[in-house]
Amino acid sequence: MSKAVSVLGGATYQGEVTITEAGLRGMITLRGDLSDEKLAAAVKSVVGLALPETRAIKEGKQGAVAWMSPDELLLLCEYQHADALVAKLDAALAGAHFLAINVSDARAMFTLSGAGVREVIAKGAPVDLSRRSFKLGEIRRSRIGQIAAAFWLSDEETLSVICFRSVGAHLFDWLKNAAEHGSLPRFL
Amino acid sequence: MLILHCPYCGIDADETDLAPGGEAHITRHGAEASDDAFEAYLFHKKNPRGVHFERWRHSFGCGKWFHAARDTMTLEVFGTYSAQTVSPPKTLINKIKKKRPDWEGF
Repeated sequence: MSKAVSVLGGATYQGEVTITEAGLRGMITLRGDLSDEKLAAAVKSVVGLALPETRAIKEGKQGAVAWMSPDELLLLCEYQHADALVAKLDAALAGAHFLAINVSDARAMFTLSGAGVREVIAKGAPVDLSRRSFKLGEIRRSRIGQIAAAFWLSDEETLSVICFRSVGAHLFDWLKNAAEHGSLPRFL
Repeated sequence: MLILHCPYCGIDADETDLAPGGEAHITRHGAEASDDAFEAYLFHKKNPRGVHFERWRHSFGCGKWFHAARDTMTLEVFGTYSAQTVSPPKTLINKIKKKRPDWEGF
């Protein structure tokens, strides 16, 4: 098998915040009836977490599970485990109307850390990123600049962004520009 | 800037997160329909000056289609509602009637 590489090979940038390309990350799209207990049990068996509430993300030791839409979840796991977990989901949900697919290679992920992460993202997303509105544990699918992205805060100084791999280099450049020294308004 | 509440994910979505889908609640005529019916489906839109019922898609967000009622003249948004319906909810129609007494109705 060919050697898998992430979009920017773990590139980093140090500005107002530190931006790191998060490397290879396992991601599984799971579509189905989220009110089905069988689906909840299947998710629990692969990432060890209960289903998230609307727009929430739950992070645990084995991975994370994020609410993407009323019938879609994104499961995060170790890159090398993704195929096995998809097989496990397929077996657990056999007979139900669902879709589980390994999308790890179609995505890029960045981690932003530092005190200004809310402000960096606020420069390009039509989202109220104030502490009052955008809470920890909430995942938001929206735009950053002109491209589709999803982001969430693990804590006040750690923000993760997921986008399509095809625009990964562009998003990295965009984030670098947004995080340039002395460019944050210090408003949020 | 237009802001619409997505009834599926509960977000007040910015216009740039949304994709417009044209007039709502129209009957879709397919290839088997008469020429007149197909032409009416394609081209004969109500497009009134005032209250519109429209389809929108939360395309950068949860990806779901929903309906919105708004006034294209004043840009006032009356409300949004689920796409799984063939007519606007009664409560929304009453709300619009209250605000626009001379509105011809849905």
